[in-house]
Amino acid sequence: MRGRRPRATGTVGQGRPPGIHSLVRVAFLAVASLLTGCAGEDLPQDTLAPAGPVAQAQDELWNIVFWVALAVFVIVETLLIAVLVRFRARPGDDSIPKQTHGNTRLEVIWTIIPALILAVIAVPTVQLIFELSQPPEDALEVRVIGKQYWWEFEYLGDEGKGVITANELVVPVGRPVRLTLESTGQATSDPLGVIHSFWVPKLAGKQDVVPGHQRHLSFTAEEEGTTYSGQCAEFCGLSHANMRLAVLAVSEADFEEYLDSHSTASEPPSSGDEARGAQLFEERQCVGCHAVSGFEGAEARIGPNLTFFAEREKFAGYMLDNDINDSADNVRAWLKNPPQVKPGSQMPNLGLSDQDINDLIIYLRTLQ
Amino acid sequence: MATIAEHDTSMTTRRGAFRRPTATTGWVSWLTTVDHKKIGILYFVTAFFFFLVGGIEALLIRVQLMRPEMEFLTADQYNQIFTMHGLTMIFFAVMPLGAAFFNYLLPLQVGARDVAFPRLNALSYWVFLAAGIYIYSGIFLGGLPDGGWFNYAPLNIIGPNPGDLLDAGSPVAEHVGRMVLYSVGLQIAGIASLASSLNFIVTILNMRAPGMTLMRMPIFTWMMFITSFLILFAMPVIGIALWQLLFDVRFGTNFFNPAGGGDPILWQHMFWIFGHPEVYILILPAFGIVSEILPVFSRKPLFGYTAMVFSGIAIAFLGWGVWAHHMFAAGLGPVANSAFGLSTMFIAVPTGVKIFNWLGTLWGGRIRLTTPLLFATGLVGMFTIGGLSGVTHAVVPHDYQQTDTYYIVAHFHYVLFGGAIFGLFAGTYFWFPKVTGRLLNESLGKIHFVLMFIGFNLTFGPMHILGLWGMPRRIYTYADGMGWNFWNMVETVGAFIIALGILVFMVNLFTSARRGAVAGNDPWDARTLEWLTTSPPPPHNYDMVPTVTSRDELWHRKYVGEGESPPVRVPAGASTDHDPADAAAPHQTLPAHGPGHEGHESIHMPSPSYYPLVAAVGMPIMGWGVMLGGAMQVALLVLGGLITFAGLFGWVLEPSAEETH
Repeated sequence: MRGRRPRATGTVGQGRPPGIHSLVRVAFLAVASLLTGCAGEDLPQDTLAPAGPVAQAQDELWNIVFWVALAVFVIVETLLIAVLVRFRARPGDDSIPKQTHGNTRLEVIWTIIPALILAVIAVPTVQLIFELSQPPEDALEVRVIGKQYWWEFEYLGDEGKGVITANELVVPVGRPVRLTLESTGQATSDPLGVIHSFWVPKLAGKQDVVPGHQRHLSFTAEEEGTTYSGQCAEFCGLSHANMRLAVLAVSEADFEEYLDSHSTASEPPSSGDEARGAQLFEERQCVGCHAVSGFEGAEARIGPNLTFFAEREKFAGYMLDNDINDSADNVRAWLKNPPQVKPGSQMPNLGLSDQDINDLIIYLRTLQ
Repeated sequence: MATIAEHDTSMTTRRGAFRRPTATTGWVSWLTTVDHKKIGILYFVTAFFFFLVGGIEALLIRVQLMRPEMEFLTADQYNQIFTMHGLTMIFFAVMPLGAAFFNYLLPLQVGARDVAFPRLNALSYWVFLAAGIYIYSGIFLGGLPDGGWFNYAPLNIIGPNPGDLLDAGSPVAEHVGRMVLYSVGLQIAGIASLASSLNFIVTILNMRAPGMTLMRMPIFTWMMFITSFLILFAMPVIGIALWQLLFDVRFGTNFFNPAGGGDPILWQHMFWIFGHPEVYILILPAFGIVSEILPVFSRKPLFGYTAMVFSGIAIAFLGWGVWAHHMFAAGLGPVANSAFGLSTMFIAVPTGVKIFNWLGTLWGGRIRLTTPLLFATGLVGMFTIGGLSGVTHAVVPHDYQQTDTYYIVAHFHYVLFGGAIFGLFAGTYFWFPKVTGRLLNESLGKIHFVLMFIGFNLTFGPMHILGLWGMPRRIYTYADGMGWNFWNMVETVGAFIIALGILVFMVNLFTSARRGAVAGNDPWDARTLEWLTTSPPPPHNYDMVPTVTSRDELWHRKYVGEGESPPVRVPAGASTDHDPADAAAPHQTLPAHGPGHEGHESIHMPSPSYYPLVAAVGMPIMGWGVMLGGAMQVALLVLGGLITFAGLFGWVLEPSAEETH
């Protein structure tokens, strides 16, 4: 794999070697900020500001082909305008120009030169295709399951400690991550899924997730404490637009702690309002779809695993801010009628009363 | 088949169920016409109507995406609208607009009196219209197709709303209905395309005027020839895939459903083996139009005619070897991705040849900056951008970033709008005087061009940036704070500027058709045969079929001199071998002959017929049958089948002309 240079993810020039690439970005941003009046606008899914070696390698190819294309563009458009101006018929000029039918030498030249330029671009292209298809060594293995419309992540192997989470993938900084991508129906055992595409632009180009097949994607996140934004890139139905995700890069030590804490089961609360909520969680069939580690009978893998729900940044396919510990307005609206908040949601309207919802919220707050 | 029983067996007195119609004016003449020029006009009007429908859908899309988290459309409405925008523009606007030009111009350009199979030509039109009506009938039948024009498996089988699968109620049936509309609707449209492609191929091969060798054909005819072969080979592929899809969604087979051992990637291969040549089916006619217009307004022959012909053939040929570049992120593996990356790069070479040869055509000319020329150079300039962004897709590892984003949307709109649509408008301004006898207004035309050029670039230019900033395609909404707000607003403004341009065009069309300047036979001092005859041409096109002695036949009838010294115009009547007035004027004593007229030395033209219309009517009826169940299904299938069968039966037994009385 490529050398791992520490790079910033944020705005222009921050820890990035100046070069062709930042020029492109500066140019784009300059135009954008000129017109919007908001310089340094945050672009969480900017492919031109890669933050990991895979996306960087892809971006370097872009930098080659972009400048070649720009040069051809300038030549052709300049010629076109120049020809139109220079050879325009003056008013009253009704003369007939010399009738040229072609020029073999010229035509051969403008056939061969583009072919040569393309051949030059082809070499690094093919190299990188093969390079990226190689699995990295010592990678963290994660199984990713695309569902309509959210992502399930399962850390594999002994080191993964069986941790299963949704939409927010925590990874150790600087270490390659190798995803095994699958698509299923509602239950993880149900093969009837649709095609999704896993895409976190700053980390790597996208990889389709195809039901009935396993696909792989590798990347390395290089900036500790950064949340990398991503979303499903293959049309997958009503809430394709709402199927988002994030990758959080943490230090190796924090990552170990994350897996440890998330693999420790805790008993459901047995007293107070929390216990009533937990009881509802069982009675109202939440357990039919959602797993909570340590909650007896809650083992299904149809909806997201809720073991650490209260710790999540967002929920419902990383669509809504998780305000469970504050007003809980979003969570309340969701529990009231999920398909209204997120079209096509597999979680049906359970007809919960306001009291039920309040109790469930109190219980969900304990999930951290 | 009572009608058959009535038949007298004698050839001379045999009659069909319908009298063979004779009207040459009035609405019946339009329903029964087999005249390629009338069919061309029908194609144009219908396709332009669908273009407006697709355009309105585009505006709805742009309003929904104007700001983050808009609630103008629901997700379900948005998905139907973006799907129908694609299907409409591809199958019911740009392809049939190409067919409109093919129909009207092909016999004129090759010096023929009609296409080889006039009734089949009428059938193509009616079947195309039937397909459009059928697919849009979904508005009243539970919704329009909603899986994108590419309609990937297994989403097309499972449906976009998995929650509905739980209660197995009507929403599932609704989804099946939408997929049947997609599958059967495109099948019907495909019949129309296949029939006309064969018709055009046979016409070009067999009906060229004496002396018109293949390498003397007008370049537009060449591009039609190539496009027809692409249609001929591409349509059967999607036809098979559509049948398989129909059986998967309607009857539970498992071609593409992984749950039953099928493979969703197979659908992608089938779809794109059709889908990529389809791109060239859409763009090559526009290339042909531009290759006709640039020489006329530069007053020079096309630069490198041979190279233009062979680059067209090369594009069509290579176009079959690049389909998997739509699937780089599908995970086909490094070998396939490399191979298709390379083939995609190399298809840029013949495309580049065309661009440079167009520049060579303009170079050294006396360029008249008319509206057709502006649109034609608009194509050269805008298609170049689309071609170059196409080359960036060939850089496979970065295509993993680009694919399924707005960068792709930008790319193919620069190809299909900046290319095909600009070319089709160029052709409309160029040939309108031939069709109507009147010129379109130049001032309105230039306003139209400027509005469309600005609106187009405002709408689709920023999509490059948004795509690279991570905005995926086919999303009905997006979050605030992604940095996408500003350019989305700009795009929406641009879309409405395009709409304004189209309105100006429509005003121009309606006013100029009635009050435009009278054009005469050859208003542009053009080069090809169609400008030899009157505007509009008589039903039989040419009183005398012209004899062709060179490429740019008409030009050589008007001008003498080649090489160093500029050519000079031949004074009228001075030519010994060709008289430019030869075609129409001296022979006006020859009546344009329809059937039922006296005068046996007249030109025989095919008689109108009801049967193509009848045969077409049955097809959507059968299609609606497929959507339904039980007795209604059988009833509609039988009824539609009988109508189509009766139409074909009557067609076969129809006398060549109604008997005279």
